[in-house]
Amino acid sequence: MTFVSNVASGSDTGVSEPDATSTSSKRRLRKILRGSRPVLALAPFVIYTFLGLGIPTIAIVWAAFHTQQGQVTFANMHAALQGSYLLGFENSIKLALLTSIVPGVLGVFLAYAIETSRSTVLKRVVGTASGVLANFGGVNLTFMFIVSLGATGVLTGWLSVIHLNPWNFGFDLYTFYGVAIVYMYFQIPLMVLVITPALGGLRASWREAAQNLGASSWRYWRYVGIPVLMPSVLGGILLLFGSAFAAYATAQTLTSGIIALSPIQIGALLDGNVIANQANVGYAIGFGMLVILSVTMILYSLVRRRASKWLR
Amino acid sequence: MLLAGAYFFFPLYAGLKFALQDTNGHFSFQAVRNLPSAPGFAGAFWLSMRLAVVTLIVSSILTVPTTIYVHLRLPRVRPILEFVTILPIVIPPIIIILGVLNSAPLWLRSSPYLLSLEYVILVMPFVFRSLDAGLNAIDLKTLVEASRSLGGNWIKTMWRVVLPNLRSSLLSAMMLTLALVLGEYTMANLDLWNTIPVWIVQFQTASDGHVQVAAAMLGLVGTWLIITLVVSLDRSGSRRSRRRTGRL
Repeated sequence: MTFVSNVASGSDTGVSEPDATSTSSKRRLRKILRGSRPVLALAPFVIYTFLGLGIPTIAIVWAAFHTQQGQVTFANMHAALQGSYLLGFENSIKLALLTSIVPGVLGVFLAYAIETSRSTVLKRVVGTASGVLANFGGVNLTFMFIVSLGATGVLTGWLSVIHLNPWNFGFDLYTFYGVAIVYMYFQIPLMVLVITPALGGLRASWREAAQNLGASSWRYWRYVGIPVLMPSVLGGILLLFGSAFAAYATAQTLTSGIIALSPIQIGALLDGNVIANQANVGYAIGFGMLVILSVTMILYSLVRRRASKWLR
Repeated sequence: MLLAGAYFFFPLYAGLKFALQDTNGHFSFQAVRNLPSAPGFAGAFWLSMRLAVVTLIVSSILTVPTTIYVHLRLPRVRPILEFVTILPIVIPPIIIILGVLNSAPLWLRSSPYLLSLEYVILVMPFVFRSLDAGLNAIDLKTLVEASRSLGGNWIKTMWRVVLPNLRSSLLSAMMLTLALVLGEYTMANLDLWNTIPVWIVQFQTASDGHVQVAAAMLGLVGTWLIITLVVSLDRSGSRRSRRRTGRL
C-alpha cells in the first residue's frame, strides 16, 4: 500500500515536465481542451437540473405574474391572497407550526431519553425505526391511521368498549387536528434523526466542569445545555416546518381535499376544478409557498451556522 | 417512552390486523391473495416498475460520474453541488410538478416517463449524499493514481477500482430511489398516471377495503425492508472503513 502511494505521488510531481518540449500552438490547444474539460464533465448534470428543476420554477414565477394571455398582471397574486386561498395559507402555516413545534419538542425529549439510556439495542432499534418512519408519509400512512383511528378503526373499537369512543367526544380524523395527529407520525422520527447527533455533541466534560464549579443540574441545563442545543433544536423545527408546510400526499388522501391547505388547493387548481380565468392563481399560490419555504431555509442555514459553532 | 412506543406501533398493528382479515373479520390471507387479481393492480404495478427502472438508470448515469469527477478534480465545486442537490428538498414535489406541467413540451407531458425524469430530480439529494459519503470514506485520489500508474485506463479504473469500492453506497442510493419511486403519490396523481400509490387511493371507491389496506401494508413492509437493508449496508460500510483507518 505504501509503495503504491509513493509511486503515485512521485508521478504527480513530474507531470508537467514533458509539456515544455511541445510547440506553443499544440500547448494552447491542449490548454483549451483541458480548460473546457470541467465544463464538459459538469454539463449534463447542470443542464439536466436546470431543465428539470430550474425551468419549472421559473415557469411558476412567470405564470404567477402573467395572465393566461401573457400580459403582466398582479391579479393572480391578489386573488391568491384573498378568501379561501388566504385561508389556505393560514391553515397551512398553522398546521406546519403545530406539527413542527410539538413534534420538535417531543422529538428532543425522546432522543434525549434514548441517547442517555444504556441499552445499545434500544438505540439501534430506534435509530433504524426513525429512519424508516421519517420517510413514511403519504398513502400507506393514511391507511394505517384510517384503520386504527377511523370511525370503524381498531383503536376506536377498543375505546368504545370502555365507552370512550373519541368520535363521540367530537374527534374526527378527517379534520385539521386529525391531519396534525397523522403528521406527527413522521415528524417526531424526523426530529429524532436530526437532533441525535447534536445531543451526542454535548460533551461529558462540560457537565463535569459545571458540577465541579458547583452548578446544579438545573443550572447546567440553563447555562450550558440549552444554549448549546438551542440552535440545533430551532434548525430541526424549521426543517419540520418546511416538511409539514409542503406535504401534499398525506393530507390529500386523508381528507380527500376538504380542508383548505395551500398544497391541496394547488392540486385542485391543477386538476381543473377551477372557476374560469383563475387558472393562473395556482401558480401564484405556488409562488407564495416558494417564498415561505425560501425564508424557512434561509433561517435554517443561519441557525445551522450558529449550531456548528459548538457542535461538530 | 411507552406512550411514544404505543403511538408508533399501534397503527402498524392495526394495519396488519386489517390487512389479514376477510370481510367477516376472521383471520385470513384472502386480501393479500386477491391483490394481484384486483382490477387495475397489474397495470399499476407494471407502470411503477418501469418508472423505477428508468429512474434508476437515468439517475445513475447522471449522478455517479459527476460526483466522482467533482471529488477527483473539482473539490471546489462540491459545495455548489451540495447546494444544488438540496434544492429538491426545499422545492416540494407539488411545486415542481406544477411548474413541470406548465413548461414541459406536449410530447413529454403525454409520456409517463416524464415522471421518471422528475423522480431523478427528487432522489438527487439522497443519491448525492449517499455517494458523497461513500467517496469521502475511500481514498479516491490514491486509488485512481495507483490504478493509472499500474497501467489501467480510465474505464478500467472506474469499473474495476472505483465502483467496487462504492458498492455499498451505490446500493443504498438505489434502494432509496426505489423506495421513493414506488411510494411517490403527489406527482403521479397530478400527472394523472395510475402508479401503485395512486391506484391504492382510487381503489377506495371499489368494493373491498381489506384489499386496499393489504396493498398499503405491503408497500409499507416493502419500504421497511428496503430502508432496513440500507441502514445495515451503511453499518457494514462504516465498519469496514473504521477497520481500514485503524490499520493505516
